[in-house]
Amino acid sequence: MASLRLDGLAHRTLAPVDLALAAGEQVFVSGPSGSGKSLLLRAIADLDPHQGEVWLGTEARSQMAPPLWRRQVGLLPAESFWWAETVGAHLPLIQSSSADAERLSGWLAGLGFEPDVLDWSVTRLSTGERQRLALVRLLAQTPEALLLDEATANLDPGNRDRVETLVEAYRHEQAAAVLWVSHDPEQRQRLGGRRFIIRTGRLELEPETGWT
Amino acid sequence: MDMNATTSPSISLIELSPWDLSLASLLVLLLAGLSWRLRLGVERRVLIAAVRSAVQLTLVGLVLKLLFAQTSLPLIGLMALVMLSVAGFEVMQRQTRRFGGLWGYGIGALSMFLSSFSVTLLALTVVIGVDPWYQPQYLIPLLGMLLGNTMSGVAIALDNLTRHAWDARGQIEARLLAGQDWEQAVEHIRREALRSGLIPIINAMGTAGLVSLPGMMTGQILAGSPPMEAAKYQLLIMFLIAAGTGLGSMAAVWMGSRRLFDERQRLRLDRLTQAR
Repeated sequence: MASLRLDGLAHRTLAPVDLALAAGEQVFVSGPSGSGKSLLLRAIADLDPHQGEVWLGTEARSQMAPPLWRRQVGLLPAESFWWAETVGAHLPLIQSSSADAERLSGWLAGLGFEPDVLDWSVTRLSTGERQRLALVRLLAQTPEALLLDEATANLDPGNRDRVETLVEAYRHEQAAAVLWVSHDPEQRQRLGGRRFIIRTGRLELEPETGWT
Repeated sequence: MDMNATTSPSISLIELSPWDLSLASLLVLLLAGLSWRLRLGVERRVLIAAVRSAVQLTLVGLVLKLLFAQTSLPLIGLMALVMLSVAGFEVMQRQTRRFGGLWGYGIGALSMFLSSFSVTLLALTVVIGVDPWYQPQYLIPLLGMLLGNTMSGVAIALDNLTRHAWDARGQIEARLLAGQDWEQAVEHIRREALRSGLIPIINAMGTAGLVSLPGMMTGQILAGSPPMEAAKYQLLIMFLIAAGTGLGSMAAVWMGSRRLFDERQRLRLDRLTQAR
């Protein structure tokens, strides 16, 4: 639907970054822990003070109300937080129309959940369940770009594949730009796309290591 | 005990002599001695606090004597300002995580100024109808009681707000990421902070007269006022305090929660500093 372009984006530990993702493109960022990968995603979502501008299609972030921006450029943090009692209470918008409800139950099924998970208490969820449901919560706000911070880090291989499949489906269906922060080199190769690495405070194109 | 009653026209008050006070102070010395004997370790603090209260109250007594004799608006204003600035400092001192810079002092002081001063003014002009409105015998005690209670409410509410915002950082940011605006994102924390600031005065109103006689009523009765008159004044004060505390806490929580976010609606916990 829309491209995502970083224009001189910089934070405390990262030199200014210029990076353009076409609509429907997927890009990976890796780097040692503490190199500022998560901070980069937080900066794009405008959660921390930083320099630079981000464009979604032809719209500049600075010209858009912050809540609208964060709805459209959806960030999935490494640790998911929940504020209401039940899972479903976090998704008030989606259950309004039957088409939306159908889509939602499709996503839930894709991640191995029954529709009744919406009535579950959040305290009942395991870490892995929280992480997968956080993705559903994010998709339910129909973002035009996805920022995924270690989206599969705590998942077993089966659930990791489910998450990857769901993200891929959403990316194709919505032509959403997807920026992954990932530690897993196999994931980067499996899913394809340009790969970047943060080294000594700069974002660099990762040298090709040869396909396995 | 000195039994000389004063010869003022309508009320009879037994004047306390220095001898009476030193008898009472023996009790504090006894307490300090017990603390030393039982190794409670608070004897120094007991004595210092007792000396402080003696010095402060004597000074206030002298200052009020001067003020009452003059009824000069600038002097009364100065006194009110001193009271406000001490209260502002006290509110700041009671914060575990306070706002950095001038805000740490300003939010508390400004919200107390807005609530206590306006409620006092309203009481003096409309309710009691004092002439002139700044007559210090009414203004200073009223303002003192309002400031004292508003101070507790504001301090509790602000402390609650900043501590919970700190603890619930993940939830607040998750709400922001879900596309909620800053007011929705702190809504629950704000409500909780406000409630905590109001609970003490609500409890005080609920148990007034049943468990203990409120201080002001006690004072008036000791001074010889008819109990019904004392009760009416106490009721007036309680209503004023409830309004003042409520308004003050609301102002403080509103300003504080606004300050937790910047113009791009980011949660700015870096604006808080940890006390000590």
